[in-house]
Amino acid sequence: MREITESTIHAVETKARSLRRHIISMLGEAGSGHSGGSLSAADIVACLYFWEMNVDPHEPHKPDRDRFVLSKGHAAPVLYAALAEKGFFPVIELDSLRKLGSRLQGHPDMNKLSGVEASTGSLGQGISWAVGMALAERMNGPDRYRIYALLGDGEIEEGLVWEALMAAAHYKLDNLTAFLDHNRLQIDGPIAEVMSPEPVADKFRAFGWETLVIDGHDISQIMQALELARSTTGRPTAIIADTVKGKGCSFMENKAEWHGTAPNREQTIQALEELEVSPQRA
Amino acid sequence: MEKQATRDAYGKALVELGRKYGDVVVLDADLSKSTKTADFAKVFPDRFINAGVAEQNMMGMAAGLAASGKVPFASSFAIFATGRAFEIVRNSLAYANLNVKICATHAGLTVGEDGGSHQSVEDLAIMRCVPNITVVAPADGVSTRQAVAAVYHHPGPVYLRLGRPAVPVIYDESLSFRIGRGIVLRAGKDATLIGCGIMVAKCLEAADRLRAEGIDVSVVDMHTIKPIDRDLIARKAHETGAILTVEEHSVLGGLGGAVCEVVCEQFPVPVMRMGINDQFGQSGTPDDLLEYYGLSVAMIMANTRILLSKK
Repeated sequence: MREITESTIHAVETKARSLRRHIISMLGEAGSGHSGGSLSAADIVACLYFWEMNVDPHEPHKPDRDRFVLSKGHAAPVLYAALAEKGFFPVIELDSLRKLGSRLQGHPDMNKLSGVEASTGSLGQGISWAVGMALAERMNGPDRYRIYALLGDGEIEEGLVWEALMAAAHYKLDNLTAFLDHNRLQIDGPIAEVMSPEPVADKFRAFGWETLVIDGHDISQIMQALELARSTTGRPTAIIADTVKGKGCSFMENKAEWHGTAPNREQTIQALEELEVSPQRA
Repeated sequence: MEKQATRDAYGKALVELGRKYGDVVVLDADLSKSTKTADFAKVFPDRFINAGVAEQNMMGMAAGLAASGKVPFASSFAIFATGRAFEIVRNSLAYANLNVKICATHAGLTVGEDGGSHQSVEDLAIMRCVPNITVVAPADGVSTRQAVAAVYHHPGPVYLRLGRPAVPVIYDESLSFRIGRGIVLRAGKDATLIGCGIMVAKCLEAADRLRAEGIDVSVVDMHTIKPIDRDLIARKAHETGAILTVEEHSVLGGLGGAVCEVVCEQFPVPVMRMGINDQFGQSGTPDDLLEYYGLSVAMIMANTRILLSKK
């Protein structure tokens, strides 16, 4: 499955489109939640769950599983979509998102939903967990596994992120790969206007991370970056993924107001139609 | 009288624990020589992680380690462990209900000369109101050693409050420390002194001196602030009819607050709370500070007499 071929790329692209459809459907059903940042991360998450990572829904706690930490926990819909598609729970349960008693909390809860590795949502904390997990992997031997984290570009305004990045490089955690979903928008507007973390790649490099910059919607590039991360030794890898907030849904793309908004009934239908007829790369 | 700082006992207990259990991992934030986790680091360098001056990341890393099957003991001064890192403790450790032991030293006024910025007078209150967190404040070295082992076997997040100065050893090895069970050290009938941490020894001394005056008080070591021993508090309220709480902490929300909640609901009797009266500390020697803020044996005795007049 880990070969980079036209057919594996196509398979992941198809999955990413499914994830986007699930995201729109569940958010439409929930009536609230984070659309833009879930859609921007769909290709990265699809690549992780359907190409890169060793995870098994039938053995969710197997010791040598790879771990994924959604540090930008508000993008929970993309994680839930991937877990459902992977078989961790029935797809129909996605409709329970954000409802009383649901396992699908507004932000991921590891104690409620199998497959969720970290309870995240308060920004900056997930990457810190991921560093702890990478340290544990070192101690755990002989099982070998890898740890993946996904950060938002608004999220990295949190000071804790930089504490964690510093520690990961200090402890030479080459078993850790962090994606930055660089969609350039946060709740209050463009990150460049609210509180610019730029130049982000330079900052990750300065903090001692092997740093790659890719198109976060190009499955082939994501795969190649993950291959490079695997072959990097002595330091963690950051993959700065240039993305489009709301990707795949024409009326949401590049609009900050879709950060924490769910589509209404008409918008849901329109978005699902767009995702039905057009491949997401179009 | 033999004396030992609870932080010293903690350092030794960690090494014992590390020898017994391979899943014990210790984290510190550049204070390992003061918190005494350096003892563990020396023996088990591969299971010790220094976070540097980054308490938030220390707690986040502890979460990741716990989620991976380790039992992390994360140490810093109380002010930083519960203050600086609060929201990480709340969300990453308590909300996720992870098996992390927050073991904070240098709690209370007896930090001493470093002054009010470093004297945590609110940590018990902060930790007590967070769901899932068990809060323990042992009185001496012997009970600290047993508390560390008990905390290891107690699933879920625990806050263990430890101190800087050497304090009298009040227990011997016959102690059987159980989380959630207060210990009756003196059984008097006139009133009950309920203390925690380093104030327990002072309560004992006050009780012995009061006896010479013909006042016969019970003394309870309420080492577990949450879940607090409701049955024991209600029983002592019933048996002695008056309670004095003594803690090296704000009178708001800590031991005194917890005892009042129980007494009010289960068996109302007069209660007085001794502690720090909603103010910050300052520089000084530990002994001078305790004296200045009224946490002395003489003040415990004086307040007991006042309390008896209210019965």
